[in-house]
Amino acid sequence: MMRASPARIALYVISALVLIYLILPVLIIAPISFSSARFLTFPPPSFSLRWYQQYFANPAWMQATRVTLTVAFLTVLIATPFGVAAAYAISQSKLRIMRVIHMALLLPLVVPIIITAVGIFFVYAKVGLVATMPGLVLANVMLGLPYVVISVLAGLQSFDPAQEMVARSLGMNRLRSFFAVTLPQIKSSVVAGGIFAFISAMDETIVALFISGGQYQPLTKRMFTALRDEIDPTIAAISTLMTVASFMLVLLASARQKGR
Amino acid sequence: MLALVSPALLVILLLIVLPVGWLAWQSIYHDGFTLENYRRVFTEDIYWRSFALTFEISLAVTLIALLLGYPVAYLANSLPKGWSILILALVVLPFWTSVLVRAYAWLALLQRSGVINQFLRYLDVISEPLALVHNTFGTVVATVHILLPFMVLPLYATMQKIPGDLMQAGASLGASPSLTFVRVFLPLSLPGVLAGCTMVFVLCLGFYITPELLGGGRTVMVSMLVSRNVELYNQFGAASAVAVVLLASVLAIFFVVSRFISLDRVLGQK
Repeated sequence: MMRASPARIALYVISALVLIYLILPVLIIAPISFSSARFLTFPPPSFSLRWYQQYFANPAWMQATRVTLTVAFLTVLIATPFGVAAAYAISQSKLRIMRVIHMALLLPLVVPIIITAVGIFFVYAKVGLVATMPGLVLANVMLGLPYVVISVLAGLQSFDPAQEMVARSLGMNRLRSFFAVTLPQIKSSVVAGGIFAFISAMDETIVALFISGGQYQPLTKRMFTALRDEIDPTIAAISTLMTVASFMLVLLASARQKGR
Repeated sequence: MLALVSPALLVILLLIVLPVGWLAWQSIYHDGFTLENYRRVFTEDIYWRSFALTFEISLAVTLIALLLGYPVAYLANSLPKGWSILILALVVLPFWTSVLVRAYAWLALLQRSGVINQFLRYLDVISEPLALVHNTFGTVVATVHILLPFMVLPLYATMQKIPGDLMQAGASLGASPSLTFVRVFLPLSLPGVLAGCTMVFVLCLGFYITPELLGGGRTVMVSMLVSRNVELYNQFGAASAVAVVLLASVLAIFFVVSRFISLDRVLGQK
């Protein structure tokens, strides 16, 4: 090891600064949310829960929270089976077209989200899905699918399809052998994929900006509007809650992925 | 097997292929075939400036992310396992915080009465607050923050595959550490550099929330052009043409990059 060479020291210092740059903004929100000050002051003058009270007492924020959670749950409920079925088919089938289909399912990651958002807005405007719950859920299912497909495909890679063949040769039909043999073994990646789809639906903002409205506006849309107009520490409280929620979900997902 | 993929495929076809196709159609058809929208995009000043600005910002963000990300990936790669996991965890941590939350945090840090200005005034470094946000500077700072993990992860993955023996061989043949780095390590890490730069550049081209909230209305990136044409001016044809040009740029970049490295490598990190 070239321990104390100047280059090595520079490397440590630069990396430390970059890491501070990365995590400081994530850490700064919680103290603001517990501060009593109306404007952003740091360090906070005194501890207070008023911004959390404002959040929980405000019907508009509560309605938005309900919309977000409903959309996220419904998204997982639809995207997970769709994604699992697709990933299974892609991994089992030798058809050439499957490669094209595989790429197509990853399109939501490739197309810039603003383009997807405007495109969906135009299509929804024609069929009357703008500012509706089904419209919002459907868009999030599409955006969440790649996460499920990628996660389940990764899980299927370490699964030996011969086991399912054995089950079938012993008289189980394809469906039963999938549920009895395959699914239990890839369960962790299915759950992880579902969790990522949930987080993606919870955080999605840009599509919601275009297609949601009225009483069906998710939290992110209201937060965006609030941030554009004025900076209110209520958003720090919501942000803190959202961050804690998604960290817990990520920990759950990665514990799942490791613990197989 | 086709029956199994059809639900997912149907969702994709209806909600991304059809909408994007619709945009393309709308950009060339308005009471008949027209190229008027594209003529405007390529000749009118606002459009031209916005595209130029977006490419400039994306290029700057990519270079800064590379300069900041490379040392971190290098350090994580050279340290024992426990430390490298810690570093990577810190890199991925912000990744899982909503983009909106981070925009809020940067507003709190950078605004006139924000944390950084207060701190600098406390230290007597400045007497007047600096304009750190609602301009291009604020946009770049926050955008790099959001995209940095997309740079570090592919870099780290590539560096991990570089055999340590090669460096030792270089050293045993008499090369100094910096020479081995430049002649052996750096060239071998280039696929990771390309993958990371592609991802960051392409994602930055389509960025919307961060420039909208931190740019202060002066930094009009292409995505904002699209949304303003739809929301404020009802110029659907123009918005569609801008969107098509943006998408074509993104696909062209992916196509060119795919000649050099496998696309899985780029997309696998997301």
